[in-house]
Amino acid sequence: MLNEANLGLIFLSAFLVNNILLIRFLGLCSFIGISTNLKSSVGMGAAVVFVTVMACSISWAVYRYLLLPFRLEYLRTAAFILTIASFVQFEEIIIRKKVPAMYKAFGIYLPLITTNCAILASAFLGIDYKLSFIQNLVFALGISAGYCLIIVLFASIRERIDSAPIPVNFRGVPIAFILTGLMSLALMGFKGLFKL
Amino acid sequence: MKKLIDLKSFSLGLWKENPVFYLMLGLCPLLAVSASLKDALGMGAAFIFVLTGANITVSIIRRWVPAHIRIPVFIIVIATFVTIVDYSMAAFLPPLHRSLGVYLPLMVVNCIILGRAEAFASKNNIVNSALDGLGMGLGFTLAILAIAVLRELPGQGTVFGIRVLGKSYTPFLIMIMPPGAFLVIGFLIALKNSMGRRKNKC
Repeated sequence: MLNEANLGLIFLSAFLVNNILLIRFLGLCSFIGISTNLKSSVGMGAAVVFVTVMACSISWAVYRYLLLPFRLEYLRTAAFILTIASFVQFEEIIIRKKVPAMYKAFGIYLPLITTNCAILASAFLGIDYKLSFIQNLVFALGISAGYCLIIVLFASIRERIDSAPIPVNFRGVPIAFILTGLMSLALMGFKGLFKL
Repeated sequence: MKKLIDLKSFSLGLWKENPVFYLMLGLCPLLAVSASLKDALGMGAAFIFVLTGANITVSIIRRWVPAHIRIPVFIIVIATFVTIVDYSMAAFLPPLHRSLGVYLPLMVVNCIILGRAEAFASKNNIVNSALDGLGMGLGFTLAILAIAVLRELPGQGTVFGIRVLGKSYTPFLIMIMPPGAFLVIGFLIALKNSMGRRKNKC
């Protein structure tokens, strides 16, 4: 089980072996939408890392200290989505006031992140695997780093694809999906790395 | 103003404005649980229930929800229905619940459901909203079943777990693994493009 593994394995498992985009299929809308441009992909990737780590830690605490003691586990879905939505709002206000440079760099990606299913999923998965706080933190870091890596790699490939001779019907989204499939195929190679 | 009961709100979602192939929304569950037809059917049924329930509820409360907090209210309504499905499935169909895993609670951030609540149910009467939910839900189910057939048949040589292709058939395993999902959806969208329809993005 994941909660008995050491922190390095938890990170690797979330980062490569069970990559959130290519193996778990989460966060695809933003992935396909934003990866047309390398610069915005880097921005989105950084914003996802930041928000996932913070939001997962907060939802872990909400679950452990609010929902569990009062036997309210069934409110998990509603509680997590509200936690994440309000956290993103709150964070946006703080960053805008305190670190304007960072706010400018994240731009529109911060509010968009509320509906990114990768973040809600990391919160759910951390609870499902019964991780401790530190393990959950490393897990969230691994997941978001995996997202960041793939979206940046993919954006770089897509910039080349734009100038390649592709059949008309495959231009745009279809070729993006087929490329994603090929990248996913490459990542399947890590499957045998260790069993968890 | 629309008619009291407009059958069009049902039929549009089935094909002409199919939420998956026309609007390109809600891709995550579509790819993740389409490796087998059984899971796909379970996901489709859960989806129809949540979409119809959320549409009806939003349509009932639409007059009392202040415009600037409507999105959080809609999300809570959707989360309620998702929780109902999650817990009933865990009680009555535990194997299906296990194989759907995290993708079931993740319906709460699915853009089709929130999209229909916002774009249709918050503006139309209860009957039409229910019909719209049913139509869009069925459209989603048809799409996910189509993808599941294209993955399960070559990937395992079976349909709903029943062997269709003979014993001599060597399964094309990649189709039921994650890369297969991306390849199938890529080719399906290319097919749709070649049929000359317009497309939109999420």
